[in-house]
Amino acid sequence: MSRSFSALIAGLLFGIGLTLSAMLNPAKVIGFLDLFGNWDPSLAFVMGGALLVTIPGYFVLRKKEKPLLETQFFWPEATQIDAKLIGGAVLFGIGWGLSGLCPGPAISGIGALNVNSFIFLGAMLVSAFGYRVYASGNQGIEKL
Amino acid sequence: MENFTPVSATLGGMLIGLSALWLMAANGRIAGISGLLGALPRAPKGERRWRIWFFVGLIAGPLLMSLIRKNFLDIQFPVSGALLALAGILVGVGTQMGSGCTSGHGVCGIARFSARSIVATITFMAAGIITVAILRAAGGLS
Repeated sequence: MSRSFSALIAGLLFGIGLTLSAMLNPAKVIGFLDLFGNWDPSLAFVMGGALLVTIPGYFVLRKKEKPLLETQFFWPEATQIDAKLIGGAVLFGIGWGLSGLCPGPAISGIGALNVNSFIFLGAMLVSAFGYRVYASGNQGIEKL
Repeated sequence: MENFTPVSATLGGMLIGLSALWLMAANGRIAGISGLLGALPRAPKGERRWRIWFFVGLIAGPLLMSLIRKNFLDIQFPVSGALLALAGILVGVGTQMGSGCTSGHGVCGIARFSARSIVATITFMAAGIITVAILRAAGGLS
């Protein structure tokens, strides 16, 4: 199996999971963030369901020497809690609250061909890649 | 809480977890959408190719699901226009600056018990909740 095919499978599973859980729908996500309004706790169950799989799964993989299709695991190594982490999370959280969209659903949902999806995704791609260019030089290709 | 859907949420979440587990088991990588996305422009060709296939699957997943039930693709946007574009800019910059989003920090990072990811997740959730509360108070939510 190629790394591209395995990534395609991972992408499909992710997209199907977002659809089944309705996290594709910004209104549903806003329902979770609307703690002081008509609160919908569903998103917490999505995260819980995912962690139910990833916590024991990662625990097992941690003991393996290498993955199936690579020479090594690329576990994130950063540990510092700094202004960039917090500042980035604050900016992301504000944008998430304004729109009900985070990067996964923003990309996964474009098949709905809703003009709003393209407005958000266009703005997100320009600013994400723009930031990467601005911050380039001191970042590796994979840093969580 | 009449919109609460715990069963489909948990099952969907488990599929997302399975995706993350599979990407680590096969490719040795964290399934963080913003990380995979942000690496695209500067990644060498072979590193770029599998990431693009991940995104092909991510977009194809909902389309396949809509063959089963058409309304799976019915999505509603609480805001539109300039506010939505502003949100997109904030999400783009914020996830790259903070090195992760709901998937990378929220699912993969917490699963590794990373203090960094736990702090990031609490922070963006708090910022999101406060933002929605302000929007609601300002009458911006229907």
